[in-house]
Amino acid sequence: MTMRSYFPWVAGAVLVAVPFVYHSPYPLHIMIQILIWSFAYTSWSVMGRFGLVSLGHGGFMGIGAYVTALLWNHVGLSPWLGIPVALLAAGALALIVGWPCFRFRITGHYFALVTLALSGIVLQVITATRDYTGGSLGYTPERHKAGESALLALQFTDKETWYLIALGVWAAGLYIWHLVDRSMSRYALEAISEDEDAAAATGVNVTKEKLRITVLSAVMTAFAGALYCQYQMFISPDTVSGISVSLQMVFAVVVGGIYVSLGPTAGAIITLLLAETLRISFGTKAVGWDNLVYGVLLVLFIIFLPKGILGSLMEVRWLRRQATSVIPGGSEGAAANGDALRPDPSLRSG
Amino acid sequence: MLELKSVGAGYSAFQALFDISLDVRHGEAVAVIGPNGAGKTTLMRVISGLIRPQKGAIAFEGRDLALTPAHRIVELGIAHVPENRRLFARMTVEDNLRMGAFMPAARARFRQRLDFVFDLFPRLRERRDQIAGTMSGGEQQMCAIGRALMSEPKLLLLDEPSAGLAPVIVQQVFDLVRRIRSGGLTVLIVEQNVQQVLKVVDRAYLLEAGGIRTAGTSAELLESKSIREAYLGV
Repeated sequence: MTMRSYFPWVAGAVLVAVPFVYHSPYPLHIMIQILIWSFAYTSWSVMGRFGLVSLGHGGFMGIGAYVTALLWNHVGLSPWLGIPVALLAAGALALIVGWPCFRFRITGHYFALVTLALSGIVLQVITATRDYTGGSLGYTPERHKAGESALLALQFTDKETWYLIALGVWAAGLYIWHLVDRSMSRYALEAISEDEDAAAATGVNVTKEKLRITVLSAVMTAFAGALYCQYQMFISPDTVSGISVSLQMVFAVVVGGIYVSLGPTAGAIITLLLAETLRISFGTKAVGWDNLVYGVLLVLFIIFLPKGILGSLMEVRWLRRQATSVIPGGSEGAAANGDALRPDPSLRSG
Repeated sequence: MLELKSVGAGYSAFQALFDISLDVRHGEAVAVIGPNGAGKTTLMRVISGLIRPQKGAIAFEGRDLALTPAHRIVELGIAHVPENRRLFARMTVEDNLRMGAFMPAARARFRQRLDFVFDLFPRLRERRDQIAGTMSGGEQQMCAIGRALMSEPKLLLLDEPSAGLAPVIVQQVFDLVRRIRSGGLTVLIVEQNVQQVLKVVDRAYLLEAGGIRTAGTSAELLESKSIREAYLGV
């Protein structure tokens, strides 16, 4: 084995070891947040990388969080069952919105607008049913009673447990990203993003391929919402749903790199650290500043670094390697080299 | 093999084809010729299922195509080389060909088909790792035809393969069509380059303003006074 194939395992082992040697709650809290949001952003990018730009993923995240919490508080259903129900709900909603869009060729900007409306609708539903959901004031899942199982309630007070859960889910998200990346669907979806008619003419069931990836992405995002809810024990439309959350996903993924597997993770690290830095340095004087900084950065990134930070770094590295060594076997070499971060030469530049 | 009976088609309120009846027999090469805007491309799109006929019936080897979705039509053995090639411009040549063999049956024979296409177009073998959109027009046309051949079709639909190519390349494309059909493949080709296409096909239909005006063997059409005046300029 080479250095390169060892690297993910070593990095993984270090990440798993962190909570056993390091117990400081604040950094652990930040890392848990980063992992959960990285998973959410990865979920978005699973479809976003194929030009299916959704501005409605806040809606899916909100469904994951609210359905899980509402079922727990009102019906007493354990999150172990409530989360699957929430995922089903998110998947069903993705089908309901996606099918007509894909069947009737709503693409590009029009698709983004439909999903934007979706995110607005979910937000409105949460605020309108304030008797159940607490509306814009937010909602708290009830603490499990003394003597009842914390495991059944999926409520843990120690950061170490949550860190390991979030780490596992994040790793699973990356694994799914890779499964999609190596599947024939990836070729189909790239072809669709270039030319739907030509893709259909080569035998791709365009509607089915788009629906599958959309449902997968929606379900993953809802899971991120449910996880966030269980960890934070407080959800509000502003933090897990709505348009701002949807835009935050797009922003983070664009900054990190939309076409590389760790791009969304890089985006989560950058955006969360930025928000935390602003919060600590300026406190309540800077409420909302992060949004201002995001906005400016987003414009700069789209113009100057459309592949994102990680994507651009990988490209520079790849170009250097191309320049210094002749890669034997052309595409076979590239295909056999299952490196996650290999920048695809066919990456879109804008 | 392929039979259209009084097919009408168009785009929402606009009707582009009226009462089209034509047939293509096994092993034949047939052309549809006609001026711009006659409905030639629409005809191809109806056959490959990219748009639905509003009237009439389309049958391929006895199967009704009118309600079959495009991806199923590929599976039945019809491959469409669209107008202007429509390659996946940002994918490599090899990935474009891989997409051509997307259907499970073709996917299983991918290596074999790839060798077949590379033998037919040695240029594509040299360029397999090149981004398709950066090749010349002629090479892109080869790639588009190669992509269609990857699915191992019984019937090849070619939509204006000579459009936008230099005269010497146009010649090569028609030579290629000749080679493809001598391999036993049935070909339906839409062309504006009447002079050239009539040399390669057995029969042709003349499509004007959405309807079929004349049909006949290539020799008959080459002799026809009206065609000679309107399309051959002699």
